[in-house]
Amino acid sequence: MAKTLRITDLHASVDGKPILNGVSLTINRGETHALMGPNGSGKSTLGNVVMGHPSYEVTEGSIELVDADGHVTDVLELDASERARAGLFMAFQRPMAIPGVKLADFLRHATSNVRNPDRKEGEGLIPMREFRKELKGKMDHLRMDTEFARRYVNDGFSGGEMKRAEILQMAMLRPKFAILDETDSGLDVDAVKLASESIADISADTESSGGNGADGAMGVLIITHHDKLLERNRPDYTHVILGGRIVETGGVELAHELHQNGYDRIRADHPEADKLNKQMADKEAVAV
Amino acid sequence: MATDTIPTPADLDTPVDDVPREINKYDFITQTTGVFKARKGLNKEVVAQISEMKGEPDWMRDFRLRSLEIFESKPMPKWGGAININFDDVYYYLKPTKGQGKTWDEVPAEIKETYDKLGIVEAEQKRLVAGVKAQFESEVVYGSLQEDLGKQGVLFTDTDTAVREHPELLREYFGKIIPPEDNKFAALNSAVWSGGSFIYVPPGVHIDFPLQAYFRINAESMGQFERTLIIVDEGASVHYVEGCTAPMYTTESLHSAVVEVIVKKNARARYTTIQNWANNIYNLVTKRAVAYQDALMEWVDGNLGSHLTMKYPAVYMMEPGARGEILSIAFSSKGQHQDAGAKVVHCAPNTSSRIVSKSISKNGGRSSYRGLCKVEEGATGVKSNVVCDALILDPQSRSDTYPYIEVEEQDVQIEHEASVSRIGEEQLFYLMSRGLTEAEASSMIVSGFIEPLVRELPMEYAVEMNRLIELQMEGSVG
Repeated sequence: MAKTLRITDLHASVDGKPILNGVSLTINRGETHALMGPNGSGKSTLGNVVMGHPSYEVTEGSIELVDADGHVTDVLELDASERARAGLFMAFQRPMAIPGVKLADFLRHATSNVRNPDRKEGEGLIPMREFRKELKGKMDHLRMDTEFARRYVNDGFSGGEMKRAEILQMAMLRPKFAILDETDSGLDVDAVKLASESIADISADTESSGGNGADGAMGVLIITHHDKLLERNRPDYTHVILGGRIVETGGVELAHELHQNGYDRIRADHPEADKLNKQMADKEAVAV
Repeated sequence: MATDTIPTPADLDTPVDDVPREINKYDFITQTTGVFKARKGLNKEVVAQISEMKGEPDWMRDFRLRSLEIFESKPMPKWGGAININFDDVYYYLKPTKGQGKTWDEVPAEIKETYDKLGIVEAEQKRLVAGVKAQFESEVVYGSLQEDLGKQGVLFTDTDTAVREHPELLREYFGKIIPPEDNKFAALNSAVWSGGSFIYVPPGVHIDFPLQAYFRINAESMGQFERTLIIVDEGASVHYVEGCTAPMYTTESLHSAVVEVIVKKNARARYTTIQNWANNIYNLVTKRAVAYQDALMEWVDGNLGSHLTMKYPAVYMMEPGARGEILSIAFSSKGQHQDAGAKVVHCAPNTSSRIVSKSISKNGGRSSYRGLCKVEEGATGVKSNVVCDALILDPQSRSDTYPYIEVEEQDVQIEHEASVSRIGEEQLFYLMSRGLTEAEASSMIVSGFIEPLVRELPMEYAVEMNRLIELQMEGSVG
């Protein structure tokens, strides 16, 4: 049972351009980490690289899952599907629409695979009745209309609906480690509260450990601009990323400072990373 | 029994687990002899012999012979796909049984088993359909119709029977919607046609469950040329569903049907086709309907399999208020070309039509949409909407759109939208990040793509369609 997500000196590039320049980050289950940084600093990239997006090439470093007994799984050898089955999850900043595919059908398939990682294609899915009951419970909790499950995945969803649907997926998949990429943007105050409760619920949910008691807690990495989500999910650690590397790590007070004062002090204290960040941001602008 | 297991040939072969599940559901050959097979090739003697075997009246024999001349005089179509058929190497007529069974017990066991395997017998037992026609090679070997429908005057026979038993009704419409002069393959069908369905629905009669036909080619080098005629009288309605399959042989076979539908005032007809031909079948079919005042004609057309399909179901809207709808899906894979589409011809004012066409190409397959929207002079207030979407799964595959619009009137509203998309890396990544394998994710994107059409199908056909798509998708990635 994986206990720790360990990222060591991670370098990654897209189309040959470096975009992560040596990120190291260790997340234990039960911990909440906040990742903050200005635009183009590599926040979302980190999430995508951890989840296995095929456009990003890891050029150096490692991502590993470490079990309580010290057994190490090399995450870089797994594709996105296998990573999900190993317990990783990312709530997307901009989830993709899949027209014609009902949310419930997609989620039943996904849940069956993640809960039974050895499931072969064509093998049975979670029984419909059991799945529906569980889904309805989670949707009620997120104050989502049951009808929502019959809509096509993210097709014509409002920003808020998409984010709720991402939280719903997380609640059903019960990951060991979850990356929430700006899940709070686009959500109103009430929805942020519900999302926070869901995160807490999943963390407290012992089922996800396969009945191994309190081991079920989730490790969470919250990528955010604001401190909306952080108010309720108080981070144990706050990391600041600039120029594709983590330049500072602190407690919750660091998140508050950044929220109030912005990144001027960070930029001034880390001129080299700031320079790198500007180069990356320029390239991004050209690419766009 | 010996104590040591002696390996049987099957044991020596690949492990059972390695055999793709169900992939061969349609690819089996029924061992059966048949009662008569015309010799290979096409000429007056063969055509006359078919007519004689069937004991046809002179007018039909003359119609066949005239059609043969038209066939011979017409060049091959210069558009669409490449047709390389050696017409001398085809069997044009094979009579599989002495007569048609009214119960499955009257059908030779091996042929009944064929339809059992294809799920036709079960659908009938469950009363999911109101009547069944099962055609094996050239003849309909089994037919049924719910008793109450018969009492209401509904006719559902094979077309040969209709020539004998309902000559006046048949002759009024037969070959009138699609004359042999229409195109080379309509002429071919007119010369050698055999089997197919004949349906008449009397005024005001609504048939709640579909009437179903299943066309099976079994023999190698066999041509199947069924001929279907459906007449829906005023204010009546019917849904006709046909399925088509054949096993895989090394030589090519030919399926060339003609389907004529007449939808009278205030009537509605829906004609659904799910074909899953083997990949060496030339499927060259002419389908056309005429719709009269306030009538509705719908074609729902699922084209899987075949080597080349050229098929453009048509609706001619003859009187004010007539509507035509054509929904089609084409799936082409390696070595396949689906040249499919639709034709809507507005001959009267205030008529409307809608065409939705979806195509999927993978593994080097080619799908083309070829459609005609025609508005004749005087047909004012016409509305027509055409949407064609193509999904291309890999760089080797191809999709083309050939829309033809001919408008001879000012006051019309015609919309045409076309889109081509590739399965996006971002969509795949999103689904995979939820634990779906790449194959499952692609398959899910594809079934979502065709969902707007699949939901129009009767339940069992929708399930079947999804399963067929999954089969087509198997092994498509990685």
